[in-house]
Amino acid sequence: MAVRLVLQQADIQRALTRISHEILESNRGSDDLVLLGIPTRGVMLAERIAGIIGSLEQRDIPVGALDVTMYRDDLDRHPTRTPRPTRIPESGIDGRTVVLVDDVLYSGRTIRAALDAIGDLGRPRAVRLAALVDRGHRELPIRADFVGKNLPSAAAERVNVRLAEIDGEDAVEIDGGTEHPGGAA
Amino acid sequence: MRHLLSTRDLDRTTAVRILDIAEDMADVAQRAVPKLPTLRGKTVANLFFEDSTRTRLSFEAAAKRLSAEVITFSAKGSSVSKGESLKDTAQTIAAMGMDAVVLRHSASGAAATLAGSGWIDAAVVNAGDGTHEHPTQGLLDAYSIRKRLHGAASRGRDLDGVRVTIVGDIVHSRVARSNVWLLTTLGAEVSLVAPATLLPGAIDSWPVTASHDLDAAIAAKPDALMMLRVQAERMTSGFFPNEREYAREWGLSAERFARLDADTMVLHPGPMNRGLEISSAAADSARSVVLDQVTNGVSIRMAVLYLVLSGNDGTDA
Repeated sequence: MAVRLVLQQADIQRALTRISHEILESNRGSDDLVLLGIPTRGVMLAERIAGIIGSLEQRDIPVGALDVTMYRDDLDRHPTRTPRPTRIPESGIDGRTVVLVDDVLYSGRTIRAALDAIGDLGRPRAVRLAALVDRGHRELPIRADFVGKNLPSAAAERVNVRLAEIDGEDAVEIDGGTEHPGGAA
Repeated sequence: MRHLLSTRDLDRTTAVRILDIAEDMADVAQRAVPKLPTLRGKTVANLFFEDSTRTRLSFEAAAKRLSAEVITFSAKGSSVSKGESLKDTAQTIAAMGMDAVVLRHSASGAAATLAGSGWIDAAVVNAGDGTHEHPTQGLLDAYSIRKRLHGAASRGRDLDGVRVTIVGDIVHSRVARSNVWLLTTLGAEVSLVAPATLLPGAIDSWPVTASHDLDAAIAAKPDALMMLRVQAERMTSGFFPNEREYAREWGLSAERFARLDADTMVLHPGPMNRGLEISSAAADSARSVVLDQVTNGVSIRMAVLYLVLSGNDGTDA
């Protein structure tokens, strides 16, 4: 099976820089901004984006982790998942603009679960969604506000995001499909 | 995880995983909405053939925090008092569509019998079977020790090198057994202190050291001292001359507590016989984790119910 490299380290860096600028633009600055990454790799991406925005704005951007395992609707369809810690910045999320950050946006079910989890933690003024890769195949009416790369893919393919923090290198690749999946665009 | 019957079945990775998930569950209790939708639509039956207050309430609270339906059954005032067997009771409960059964029974091995019987499909969680095991108590004790030692940095840690002394009625204690297996699996060094009559005959095959001298055990400055309840209801013959002698030799009196190392924590599974195995000075001190144990019990039972009630094939990701 073919493994196709779609984004390299420099591409990922550029995508995150652009997303950071777009977040600042749509939020009209960094006031009341909170970034919440969805474990595992979404947390690292959220920290990187917070770093970029922080250096642009010369201030610390609150960043945390939001685990959605206990809110999933597919727990009976997969082997038991191990939840990861949820860390909410001390400032909380009430009245703030929360930007959810995930590595791959696919069915939308993870984001649905994340929205429920946020509802139990507080009441943000607005919730936005940033994803490094949008691979399509949505099963719910959910879309991302900030996308690093639109990546049409076949359902049979796997999109692997690797990040230096845990995988030793930055890369996004498609695994297991043919070069041009029919009708997946 | 399909069932939780014994801590002897748990390897170190699985045990640490349960403790880590319990950390996440404890965080949930601190939130504005201390409830998760995880087990919506699942039903948990608490089958208590033996008296219990804290364990039953703890399982009930845990199931409710995970949004499961809970049905509680106590043998008193039920068909069991009319002579119904465990099998018939279990099948009756199963016919009502239960997803998990939390079982407390006076017969050792009752939970394993139910899980292996084919009578029911439900997951079985052992909430104490005779003098055999009480696995969630062992887990919550391990959690409480780890939490007291490492605080917010507890996740992922085992109990390597932690010295735990368990004192009292070992022979009748399922709590002691569950703790011995689990704590040693997690790397702790466990020693037992008890009168010779209250140590099991097969103690040589246990991974522990045993002695009869509580004062020597206190002088050895263990990290944790676990006082067991004197189980008067299981004492059918004279295991010690009288309560005053027991308290004098093996009770954590105020005088002994004063000699205890400042860093030694005190555990007790409850309910406490104050003045017998533990003095109020010890039970109510800052070094006592008795109330932490109760709080942590809910987190541990949430983690266990999550693990046995989620996943499609009994395996873990």
